[in-house]
Amino acid sequence: MKFTSVFDIIGPVMIGPSSSHTAGAARIGRVARDLFGRQPKWAKIHLYGSFAETYRGHGTDVAIIGGLLDYDTYDERIKTAFEGAEKAGLSFEFIPEEAHKDHPNTTRIVMGDDEGEMSVEGISIGGGKIEISEVNGFKLRLTGGMPAILVVHDDRAGCIANVANCLAMHNVNIGHMEVSRIERGLTALMVIEVDQNIEDKVLQQISLIPYITKVSKINN
Amino acid sequence: MDVLFHNVRELVERAEQEEKLISEIMIEQEILITGRTREDVIQQMDRNLTVMEEAVERGLQGVQSVTGLTGGDAVLLQNYIAQGHSLSGDLLLDAVSKAVATNEVNAAMGTICATPTAGSAGVVPGTLFAVKNKLNPTREQMIRYLFTSGAFGFVVANNASISGAAGGCQAEVGSAAGMAAAAIVEMAGGSPQQCAEAFAITLKNMLGLVCDPVAGLVEVPCVKRNAMGAANSLVAADMALAGVSSRIPCDEVIGAMYRIGQSMSPNLKETARGGLAATPTGKAISKAILENGGLQSIKAMQ
Repeated sequence: MKFTSVFDIIGPVMIGPSSSHTAGAARIGRVARDLFGRQPKWAKIHLYGSFAETYRGHGTDVAIIGGLLDYDTYDERIKTAFEGAEKAGLSFEFIPEEAHKDHPNTTRIVMGDDEGEMSVEGISIGGGKIEISEVNGFKLRLTGGMPAILVVHDDRAGCIANVANCLAMHNVNIGHMEVSRIERGLTALMVIEVDQNIEDKVLQQISLIPYITKVSKINN
Repeated sequence: MDVLFHNVRELVERAEQEEKLISEIMIEQEILITGRTREDVIQQMDRNLTVMEEAVERGLQGVQSVTGLTGGDAVLLQNYIAQGHSLSGDLLLDAVSKAVATNEVNAAMGTICATPTAGSAGVVPGTLFAVKNKLNPTREQMIRYLFTSGAFGFVVANNASISGAAGGCQAEVGSAAGMAAAAIVEMAGGSPQQCAEAFAITLKNMLGLVCDPVAGLVEVPCVKRNAMGAANSLVAADMALAGVSSRIPCDEVIGAMYRIGQSMSPNLKETARGGLAATPTGKAISKAILENGGLQSIKAMQ
């Protein structure tokens, strides 16, 4: 089931004009910010397919920037997000791409600040619903509809068990989990969907586990 | 994940067996899947209803989009209805004007509730606030209207598509019109099966509808397609209530819509490369808006 809630159909409440191009874009921007863990100082936003062709008229540009500024789909400030970015010290660039992706509404947001960089690819699948399809080169499927944590780690035995144990100790129930790696024995990524928002102290504990290099979360 | 229904057949069967409304099955499924309380779920839909009502009211006062391509037609239609000589009937035109009102607000980057998408956000509230004047529903019945719409949209979204980019406008405004038709039937006292017939009749008549927005914007022809979607749903609801059935079952119509969308050229799926977007005027408007600083340049040319 791609769509699970009636509010995926009757909703979201949003600023017009397009659920795919405006609301979905805002959500991708916001999830990207969540994964980065803070507001980036700069962002290069690559646009593919229909996003690339029509982003200005649909307000896709202001919506993604609004998302990076932590605005929700119904936040009236989306309309003036460029001014908001200037005030918040976020510089950005839009790069329409010729290349084709699997889905016509795809964006790859490369963002960073003095402390780090991150690349997040998201697709807007219709009705304001999104999926995160890639993080830092790792393929994944993440809807943003459930709280989730992403754990980047060295590909070593025991890593997954240690993270799962840590979650169990804090009574966090895992709903869905995926592990992917670019190459065996190097870096791997755990995507763990959970039933409730994760407290920062849990994230901090996970980050102290051996071989864990980065932990980020999406709240819901 | 276990759900109460995967398709319209299961939805209708469950409603009939348990002697419940379609809306009730949708509410129960939402509670089951999300683990939220009934009160919480109803309250969220109540808030969505308020957003829809405010958008209709705002549109009926007259709005203008940023590009100037759309706006003000809802007002024209209300003025025309007030003259008392409408040919197609006041209720139908009222639904049309309220659908237009919502989409004009959407095009103006106003606040709307997607049903199922923003581009098709006019049909469900447009018909609801028109039918309201005739059937005098309670607030609870109006909220149920949205759950019934949602139940049918849920099936389409999971078995076909509600995205213009993926399935053409048949997937957006076609789905919205079918959803509205089913909800009108329930509100008017029709059976769950009649809701399904109304959905099938509506979607059958919007099959093949391409998504060809001028300049890629959700304005032309989107606003007027919502108007006709609203008209379509009211007529189909009346047909179903009269006892007319669809020879092709509802789920098969949804399947046909999906396959038509798959075989449609990408030029006709929201890329603004075909259909009305590719007409000489469509291209001139696009150029004026995206390259030459607005519609004024076209007006100056004329």
